[in-house]
Amino acid sequence: MEIERYPMIPSNEIDAAEGLRINSLMAASQYPIPDPDSWLDEELSRNVLITTVDYVLDWARSRSVFPLMFGLACCAFEMIGTAASRFDIARFGMDIFRWSPRQADLMIVAGTLTWKMAPAVKLVYEQMAEPKWVIAMGQCTISGGPFRESYSVVPGINRIIPVDVYVPGCPPRPEGLLHGISKIHEKIIKESIQKA
Amino acid sequence: MTTALNCEQVAKKITRALPGAVVAADKAAVVVTSKSLYQVAEFLKNTPAFDFDYLTNLTAVDYMDYFEVIYHLISLKHNHSLVLKTRCRDRDKPVVPSVVSLWRSADFQEREIYDLMGIAFEGHPNLKRLLLWEGFVGHPLRRDYL
Repeated sequence: MEIERYPMIPSNEIDAAEGLRINSLMAASQYPIPDPDSWLDEELSRNVLITTVDYVLDWARSRSVFPLMFGLACCAFEMIGTAASRFDIARFGMDIFRWSPRQADLMIVAGTLTWKMAPAVKLVYEQMAEPKWVIAMGQCTISGGPFRESYSVVPGINRIIPVDVYVPGCPPRPEGLLHGISKIHEKIIKESIQKA
Repeated sequence: MTTALNCEQVAKKITRALPGAVVAADKAAVVVTSKSLYQVAEFLKNTPAFDFDYLTNLTAVDYMDYFEVIYHLISLKHNHSLVLKTRCRDRDKPVVPSVVSLWRSADFQEREIYDLMGIAFEGHPNLKRLLLWEGFVGHPLRRDYL
């Protein structure tokens, strides 16, 4: 009995293009993206004239951060647990997890990131509107975790996109994620429209 | 419960139908030559006394000297099972006949073995990488990978 080629098979050109995209991203992201945080302590260098505008803007931004759900592995369940009624992420004005990057401000990357998934993460990050923040949740996202030496796992998501807050744990408790979110709020409050 | 067939008796029946196909047989498994694998699989599937109509698992092991491809067969009608193995000594270009035309469940499993172990399945309709991407160098589940 001979089986013909299946009609629904995508052509090899699509596979080759995907492989090329992954390999070029892999070659381009061998080192972590620097994330300077020294500006967080520069309280006095702020311009006095726009301080009040900054205050109002940062107050509004920090209290309406809409998170983007990017659950990749088991850490996603802790993120879902954080959003549910027991820990109630809506207390921080993060009422709904958005599925569209265009409506989100904060990307919570939860779980092991593989090189095959990495172009999608980069694409979704680039589709988010400014200003945008990123939380790396869990050991695998931060550094690759136990799979750091693996052939298919990205050793740290900060090679693909810049990260604002790291939440360690395997997986972190919902309290840990809430602490990370409060750190994001602190960071937003210190930002100035001068820099943007 | 599914009963495992006595592999020595099965090996005798296979030898009667296809002389020279069986390399070794013990309590756990029947080992056949990779050349006669397709004929043996066809025999096991189409003989009414065996009637192995379901391939539950298909995997491969790297023993450094040779690769071993392992087929876990089950008959839903008789509710018995058998482990069929074949060996492949060529390390540079291991080739095993494909059984996709007998059991469709072999499709993705053969692609996975091709992807991670580098064993080519002759006659597979769509043999390309399944889990890793095109352009990945090497086959990571081999013992000598890195």
